Amino acid sequence: MNQQNSQINRRNFLRLTSLTGAGLVMGLGVKADGVSVIENLGTSTASFELSPLVMIDQTGLVTIFNTKPEIGQGTYQSIPALIAEELEVAMDKIVIKQTGGEKKYGPAQFVGGSSSVRTNYTNLRKVGAAAKEMLVKAASNSWNVPVSECYAENATVIHRPSGKKMGYGELAEVASKLEAPKNPTLKDAKDFKILGKSAPRPDVPMKVNGTAKFGIDASVPGMVYASIERCKVFGSKLVSFDATAAKKVKGVIAVETCERIHGIYKSEGVAVIAENYWAAVQGRKALVVKWDHQGNDAFNSKDYEQSLREAAKKEGAIEHQQGNFDKAFAEAPTQLTAFYETPVVSHSPIEPMNCLASWQEGNKLEIWTSTQVPGSVVNDFSKTYGVKQEDLKLNVLFNGGGFGRRLYPDYIHEAVQLSKKVGKPVKSIWSREDDTQQGPFRPLTFSAMKGALDANGKAIAFQHKVISPTLDMKKDYDVTKADGTMTEGISEQKYEIEHMKNSYVHHYVHIPLAAWRAVTSTTLAFSHECFLDEMAVAAKKDPMAFRLEMLTKESDTKQLLNKLKEVSNWDKKLPAGWGRGVAQYEFFAGQAGFVIEVSKKGTGVKIEKVYAVIDLGTVVNPDNTRAQVEGSAVMALTAAIKGGITFDKGATVQSNFHNNPLVRINEMPKVEVHILANGGSRIKGVGEPGLPPFAPALCNAIFAATGKRIRRLPFDINKIA
Amino acid sequence: MITLNINNTPYQVDASSDMPLLWAIRDMVGLTGTKFGCGIAQCGACTVHVDGKPVRSCSFPVAAAVGKKITTIEGMKDKITEAIQNAWVELQVPQCGYCQSGQIMSATALLKAKPNPTDADIDAAMQGNLCRCGTYQRIRSAIHRAADMIK
Repeated sequence: MNQQNSQINRRNFLRLTSLTGAGLVMGLGVKADGVSVIENLGTSTASFELSPLVMIDQTGLVTIFNTKPEIGQGTYQSIPALIAEELEVAMDKIVIKQTGGEKKYGPAQFVGGSSSVRTNYTNLRKVGAAAKEMLVKAASNSWNVPVSECYAENATVIHRPSGKKMGYGELAEVASKLEAPKNPTLKDAKDFKILGKSAPRPDVPMKVNGTAKFGIDASVPGMVYASIERCKVFGSKLVSFDATAAKKVKGVIAVETCERIHGIYKSEGVAVIAENYWAAVQGRKALVVKWDHQGNDAFNSKDYEQSLREAAKKEGAIEHQQGNFDKAFAEAPTQLTAFYETPVVSHSPIEPMNCLASWQEGNKLEIWTSTQVPGSVVNDFSKTYGVKQEDLKLNVLFNGGGFGRRLYPDYIHEAVQLSKKVGKPVKSIWSREDDTQQGPFRPLTFSAMKGALDANGKAIAFQHKVISPTLDMKKDYDVTKADGTMTEGISEQKYEIEHMKNSYVHHYVHIPLAAWRAVTSTTLAFSHECFLDEMAVAAKKDPMAFRLEMLTKESDTKQLLNKLKEVSNWDKKLPAGWGRGVAQYEFFAGQAGFVIEVSKKGTGVKIEKVYAVIDLGTVVNPDNTRAQVEGSAVMALTAAIKGGITFDKGATVQSNFHNNPLVRINEMPKVEVHILANGGSRIKGVGEPGLPPFAPALCNAIFAATGKRIRRLPFDINKIA
Repeated sequence: MITLNINNTPYQVDASSDMPLLWAIRDMVGLTGTKFGCGIAQCGACTVHVDGKPVRSCSFPVAAAVGKKITTIEGMKDKITEAIQNAWVELQVPQCGYCQSGQIMSATALLKAKPNPTDADIDAAMQGNLCRCGTYQRIRSAIHRAADMIK
């Protein structure tokens, strides 16, 4: 620790900085709009920001600050575990505190892109290891013995020869005055007590007895509630409103306008503010609002989808090419083309969007909410609303689901504006109808596929052309460029195909869009891996063998497919009427694969068994990893076989779970998850990779069982014609 | 003023008679373990017990609850609930956790009626509770585990 920091720490506890500013700003999910504004604190160790992630008081109480909001993915355990492992403290002996975007905790206070563990695996361990080395040094100084004779265990430093012991509490003050080691020694993985083991999550006990607090549970004295009417037709403008009847509803206090800010998509709403939420909802029903639809009321899914099919005829911008695709395709003895379509879908976390905001005298602001992006909320809101960062306090509660939806703070903007207008703390709660109808949504992506085989049935040419809008919703898109997010992963697959030409055709839509769990890989994996299956069928080859033949070099993909082959007993004959399918997908967040077995059942199919393999390189919590993949399978199943979002007359057709259904427990297939954690090329993420390969593995299995090729999602699993 | 008996405690609330029980519990009594998810009895996050039976409180008018025994997740103290909560922790069921109060209320009602449920019984009893994180496989296992613990 440098001089400046040791001055800061002249208190009776130990604070440790993150040792490498670089580590905390690297490679994060900057693809999602809400997290693209991470400030760079620089890479020089001399200028690193104080990042007090560990605090030890004189009683020995160890507090670890979690910079990664818990959205269900397990960061409330995995992030503190990285520090606790090296610090030599047990997880049940620490206090975990969630940070709220404060500058001192660094720039990476967000969760997205399955990045929490994979981007912090080394640097957070270094924070713990540095603290431990300082505590050991403090003990050795006090005993006047060599450091090499001392070691730490269970929050205690022990002098090996004499057996003398000192607790971290006794050592904290002395340790806080020592210089932090720049390159602390990290433990060997074989000595891990926490990492790599299936440890219980500390948030689980709170989540079984109702005591866990989510954003929607926040409350302060004098709080009032808001329900906001927004136009159902996207792109409309507010003309006028009559609040006379709304204000007569018992409990209604005020009616005010507010602006929903979602990137470049901005829209005005009319909020009814009341003493309780139910009164606000009743008042909202009594509002009379006049909107100008700006000519957007003709928009509908049918026409929009057709316009994408037309756009697919364009050449598009090249995303990646190798060899000479056009020539190889034209001259090949076997040519295939296919068109794949995936729907718009909603995130639908069960906790609806909500925010409690309290605008206080002297330009101060306090916010309580569920968000994936505390860092950028503090940074952006202080600028937007002219509040000094130190006067903006953000309280991040447990997120009742994120899935990418809570990367976007539109619902926080509304509450902040309303609190400022009425001078009271305002809790705004979106209804399920608001959540379903207003978006933002995962955009629709269509894929035009081409492939060619040589005379031996070997894949020699492949093209994946993506047709879609972009997540930033810009209309004036530079059509000479391929959007990296919208073509995510299509050129990262390890299959050795000589001639490739992947491309992107931009096609604008005016509806609000967002990253959805596993972003565009959730749609592109479907077209990519189903089309490969079509090629295998044309080559008269087993789909697993066809893939492995394209993987002559060693790779994580080859390893993963071989593992899937083994755990699923791929070569074992299935009963009559059954079929199995395989798919895998690698993208920035990570990599997983599925083998799915289905059987014919009436006019449809039943999913008999789901085998999953996720490749992590290194695993922090195997049980939580399995849970994430089990859940990913369910979310991907919903996206594959349930309704999806459609538009008519300029607005969303669906409104709630009765017409935008989710998979229920009776539809839950048996999922068996295997983890590959034997090194590999990189550390990969946990939360998202289980989604993309699910739908293609399922549809490939359906083809194997029924001969029916599914090229459009969603489909009715009970009616496979 | 309406009097509600929640978790064996009488509460006086100034609720309009058509207000759903959910909002009286959350906004007026201040018990937040019961969650809002859909408002139309489709997701089950708001499940409470009224006279021992699971009810979707988002669609149950407060007037209909007067004179009845209302139990929320905070008031579940019996052996069956305890076994379910222990099984939920043992099998690490929750992910985001938001729907789990409702899941546990439904699971408790199931085990009270059927101490040894089959998978089909579980599917039937738990179908009304959505989980967006997809914890269904573990919910099934945890209900079986809780049933074993109670024996």
